[in-house]
Amino acid sequence: MTHSVNIATDPLSSGEGRGEVFITGYSIISNGGVEKDGHLVWKEPSAQHTDNFLVSAYRQMGLSYPKFFKMDNLSKLGLLASENLLSGTDLKGKYKPDEISVVFANASSSLDADQKYFDTIKDIASPALFVYTLPNIVIGEICIKNGFKGENAFFVFDKFEAKFLHQYVQTLMQQNTNKACIFGWLELIGDSYEAALFLLEKEAADKTNPFTLENIYKLYS
Amino acid sequence: MEKLMADLKAQIIQQLNLKHLKPEDIGDDQPLFVEGLGLDSIDALELIVLLQQEYNIKLANAEDGPKVFQSVRTMAEYITANKPA
Repeated sequence: MTHSVNIATDPLSSGEGRGEVFITGYSIISNGGVEKDGHLVWKEPSAQHTDNFLVSAYRQMGLSYPKFFKMDNLSKLGLLASENLLSGTDLKGKYKPDEISVVFANASSSLDADQKYFDTIKDIASPALFVYTLPNIVIGEICIKNGFKGENAFFVFDKFEAKFLHQYVQTLMQQNTNKACIFGWLELIGDSYEAALFLLEKEAADKTNPFTLENIYKLYS
Repeated sequence: MEKLMADLKAQIIQQLNLKHLKPEDIGDDQPLFVEGLGLDSIDALELIVLLQQEYNIKLANAEDGPKVFQSVRTMAEYITANKPA
């Protein structure tokens, strides 16, 4: 699936004139590091496999959510990235549950969980693995954890299609029901993982980063 | 029975990915669902798989599930009564 958007002429690609949607935070997890708004929160001291890294990051972030341990790795990564993104914010206090949407994309869909589930079929299929064999389950986990009930979508692309996602989310945010959105890239397969999530809001005290394609590229490239 | 219950606790933690728990955190008579360990319907399926994998026992009647999976003790009693010779 490919999309092409002309940044220069596409009215949705510029925040100018609209000014109502802003990037109010971003969270990046990759290469053993956890960053929030450009600052390193935690870095693993030595390289670990994804399984161990995710559990170490969970403990390091001081989270207490036992269901985390039952999740597949994509959901674990999404939960950690979203918790990091939302730390210090008060989305639930500012917005109604159905005003907060979640839009993700990645390249490997749920293949990591699919392969693990497939391995169990040789013996007795695991119901606990089966329930994670869709990429959008991670959105459900984040919404359950936070009580979000807004729009959600999960796209699968070969790479981070910022133009398409920006246009899609910008259109979504023009609907009156959407006042905040968590969107971004959430890729995981085996020991390769990368999360880059952005928090978008219509009501922003800090208007430094309008939700433009240029700012997406500036903050995550 | 004590040995079987100890084994079951370790197996439940492993099968259900309850890595935040240790075997000693699970009481012999503690309810496994809702107010106890907080297990859900998917966990119930995993417990059925556990019985089959570890003890070669198939739950013949699904309606027995709530009674069998009430606690570690009830599971151990069911295994003892139904273990293949």
